[in-house]
Amino acid sequence: MAGEKICVVVVSGTRERLQMAAMVASVAAVSGIEVTIFLSMNAVPYFIKGASTDAPSEGNFGDLVVKKKAPDFKTLFRQAVELGDAKILPCSMALDIAGIETDTLEPYLGEPTGLASFLDAARDAQIWTF
Amino acid sequence: MNFDKDLDARGLNCPLPILRAKKALTDMQSGQVLRIVSTDLGSVKDFQAFCKQTGNALLSQTEAGNEFTFFLKRK
Repeated sequence: MAGEKICVVVVSGTRERLQMAAMVASVAAVSGIEVTIFLSMNAVPYFIKGASTDAPSEGNFGDLVVKKKAPDFKTLFRQAVELGDAKILPCSMALDIAGIETDTLEPYLGEPTGLASFLDAARDAQIWTF
Repeated sequence: MNFDKDLDARGLNCPLPILRAKKALTDMQSGQVLRIVSTDLGSVKDFQAFCKQTGNALLSQTEAGNEFTFFLKRK
């Protein structure tokens, strides 16, 4: 459907939430939905180049995801960008507080973004929060 | 049915069959047909929704044993 938009807000650093966010974002993006992902808080450090995807599990399911060799959340987020033109925007405040330089982030991420700009992108969109 | 490309998605769970199908379709021409075989129980409804959403045509879907076969025509 043309013009359909979703915004996925990811602040959690736990495996189940990162995995579910990445699944929603990637499937929506390859289905032709305009997808904007806003990364903040504990989700941000995983997107430093080469950072491990070894996120702590909230419960048993997070461990099962690893055991069953599901694709890791970073692979799915990258595919959302590469196959479905999703945008992944790191929160400028989170980068500043954590002392993370923009050029150390994965190359498929977009520009650091503030909340006013994100809220503008999120107008008329479904919001999914993880 | 004739097809131009074959995708073996057996053993893959959601969302991989959809992501692999999208990747395969990206490399194909308009009008070409992709055959997908999957075992994911959600894939029947998923490929219906995917085709509705993307405008690619779902030419057929069949089930044999525990395998689902789909023929998609690229938009």
